[in-house]
Amino acid sequence: MADHTLDAKGLNCPLPILKARKALKEVPAGGTLEILATDPGSVADFEAFCRQTGNELVEQSQDDKVYRFLIKHTAA
Amino acid sequence: MSSEAQTIVSEAPVAAPETKSMSIIVTKGSLDWAYPPFILATTAAAMGLPVTMFFTFYGLPLLLKKLDLQLTAAGNPAMKMPMMGAHMGLPNILTAIPGVDAACSKMMKNLMDKKGVASIEDLRELAIEAEVRMIACQMTMDLFEYSLDDMIEGPELGGAATYIECATQADINLFI
Repeated sequence: MADHTLDAKGLNCPLPILKARKALKEVPAGGTLEILATDPGSVADFEAFCRQTGNELVEQSQDDKVYRFLIKHTAA
Repeated sequence: MSSEAQTIVSEAPVAAPETKSMSIIVTKGSLDWAYPPFILATTAAAMGLPVTMFFTFYGLPLLLKKLDLQLTAAGNPAMKMPMMGAHMGLPNILTAIPGVDAACSKMMKNLMDKKGVASIEDLRELAIEAEVRMIACQMTMDLFEYSLDDMIEGPELGGAATYIECATQADINLFI
């Protein structure tokens, strides 16, 4: 179970990333953020976001048209 | 002559050596052209990069308090909008009819809203929140007779040298 969940369904680039960045600030270090999105571009984008920011992309899955990402707040 | 020594301190933010940074020269102010700079600026800021946007010529009005962004299909054969199951463009001659640009702009805004694309107003607000540095080109302010009172809170005034100083520090410099 994630510490926080962000519903970014229906939002297009770059809103899921921008909202995730904001939501991550509310997650304490070591905590997790779950993101639900429908933008297919968010798959590549969350991978790049995590590589660049040093946060850990713990899980990634797809249920029908909804993409789910679990990010661990590991960056400073 | 004053005997007091003056120290000139650069106000440009200096990023830590390992931090990448980005600058964008924003030169166009139509609805379609306003997107790339604001999308890239907000995303880069979200990824931890210090970002500077330099607004010049037709990009400068993107800093006005009230935006009413328009686009035109004139001279843009690539602008084809999804309509009734097909993609339809507009012949140049039709774009000259009064009201056509306004109608196209409204259609585009409706389409963006339907597809979950942020408005430029929202992206600009997010850029300010993310502490994107915004520089309004002083020469363009003079040329088009704008004052900082016409603009949103936040932009500073600067010229080519202000931008160049920033660009020499940045890893990514874009002209849009």
